[in-house]
Amino acid sequence: MQFMPDSYTEAAGTHSASTLPADSVGVITPEIAHFDTPLSLACGKVLPEYDLVYETYGTLNAERSNAVLICHALSGHHHAAGYHSRDDRKPGWWDAHIGPGKSIDTNHFFVVSLNNLGGCHGSTGPLSHNPETGRQWGPDFPMITVSDWVESQVRLADYLSIERWAAAVGGSLGGMQVLQWSLAYPERIANAVVIAATPRLSAQNIAFNEVARQAIRSDPDFHAGWYGEHDTVPKRGLKLARMVGHITYLSEDAMGSKFGRDLRSNDLNFGFDVEFQVESYLRHQGDTFSTTFDANTYLLMTKALDYFDPAAIYGGDLSRALAPAQCPFLVMSFTSDWRFPPSRSRELVDALIHAGKPVSFASIDSPFGHDAFLLPDERYHAMFSAFMQRAARELNLDTQANKEVTS
Amino acid sequence: MRADLDIIYDWVPQGARILDLACGDGVLLEALAKHKNVSGYGLEIDPDGITGCVKRGVNVIEHNLDDGLSSFSDNSYDQVIMTQALQALRRPDKMLDEMLRVAEEGIITFPNFAYWRHRVHLGLRGYMPVSKSLPHAWFDTPNIHLSTFNDFEHLCRDKGLIIVDRAVGVGDHRGHWTSRLWPNLFGEIAIFRVRRRTT
Repeated sequence: MQFMPDSYTEAAGTHSASTLPADSVGVITPEIAHFDTPLSLACGKVLPEYDLVYETYGTLNAERSNAVLICHALSGHHHAAGYHSRDDRKPGWWDAHIGPGKSIDTNHFFVVSLNNLGGCHGSTGPLSHNPETGRQWGPDFPMITVSDWVESQVRLADYLSIERWAAAVGGSLGGMQVLQWSLAYPERIANAVVIAATPRLSAQNIAFNEVARQAIRSDPDFHAGWYGEHDTVPKRGLKLARMVGHITYLSEDAMGSKFGRDLRSNDLNFGFDVEFQVESYLRHQGDTFSTTFDANTYLLMTKALDYFDPAAIYGGDLSRALAPAQCPFLVMSFTSDWRFPPSRSRELVDALIHAGKPVSFASIDSPFGHDAFLLPDERYHAMFSAFMQRAARELNLDTQANKEVTS
Repeated sequence: MRADLDIIYDWVPQGARILDLACGDGVLLEALAKHKNVSGYGLEIDPDGITGCVKRGVNVIEHNLDDGLSSFSDNSYDQVIMTQALQALRRPDKMLDEMLRVAEEGIITFPNFAYWRHRVHLGLRGYMPVSKSLPHAWFDTPNIHLSTFNDFEHLCRDKGLIIVDRAVGVGDHRGHWTSRLWPNLFGEIAIFRVRRRTT
């Protein structure tokens, strides 16, 4: 499946000539790790074997102490930085923040970015072959939770002989995975960066997800999830799901300043074809997404979002849930994000404070809504890199890099 | 470090858990953590200050002090420190209550409006004072509640607080004997350590 990240495409600049930008990690080839040990999932099912596709940027040091894990969001994947070929028009979805001299500086860090289980970009998911039935997994693919993802990421760390991540980093749903790491494997992450995330979805968040799921499931081409066997794709459903999702990723102001009430032509047509620019944009986003993303994966990922609530087993007391966490946290949110607004990050921060954990928090002024976490921004970059540089200093990574330079 | 920070540094006990309101770039918290094993959080609203804290490895929370300290529970800290922010708050008296809800002891510093140079500006020349401790013009100053050494002492007395310590800073130095004798006249920066009465 061709890489085409949703609104992410706008996050990164394009390059014209076949020369890559100097601060790019360059041309990257994804790798696949195969796991034979069955993975027991939160839903009670067992995944007998699976593949995880991942990319790495930078160099792992001899002590294997400079590895940073990138956890992706709802429609993200392993291709976070660099290019797959010199002719690629656009780099990975977080290229603005991963590379030499960037927030996650590949001069210091070895970055690992994977496609999560249940994904549709190369890791085992609904599009994969089910060894037990001989059919495609399709809707039979077990429901995956954030903690299942973390379990699979732990195995990837073991596979790469990384005992402890210098940092686990993620935005949105990726931030939830980072949070889960800090609770479930506190001794295996040295730092946590949680961006534009929330410790649990609100009723409104779940409601938007449900609209997206219903759009997909009510598409006549969905065939109860077996569209692969019917040689169809529930494109209309996926498109609608994406259109709804996309509205929640942008702020009212961002939409207003980008499109306003601009019309595609000068006159009103008094019909239902595309007239306003914003309609055209949403339809384009939906169309693109519907041909590049798998419907069963989308259903599964939205469910993982809905289910995540580490405080639930502590009667909603998040600070008790956070008791096992050991590492310093950086929590960041964006002022115009109404999907996971600053108040949701603050909820997490307050719980960390109550639990007496080391945490820093910044609410970055940005007009770009939830998508702001993907975009370059001066203050965002300053905070992000300050935290990562301090992490590098405390892990003695910067002196190592200097040594390599001087020797 | 600034003169007031120097004095505060001495007033914070070894191993204390503190909150530093308007912590700037975290220079005080860093020194306290390094040499006195002090832990806690800084609260700041200025983006450059916040980034500065993160660079130093100081825990900092972006927070507007006018929103109160509701994130912090009663008696959860040993000391709450607030330097050079009292005069910029909407309700300095309420913040004092908040500080002494969260901790038994508070340390507060602010520019003393009754400092003799300020008096000269206003009393003799007839202009709002502009000085090292009050660097802004009247129209763009964030300082909306200027007060004097005496005013603050008065407020503490009204609230039934114990003034454990008081000092003044002049320029970059601790005040010398004149300012110790007549702090309201010769102190440029007022520095108070106050405690609530245990009931």
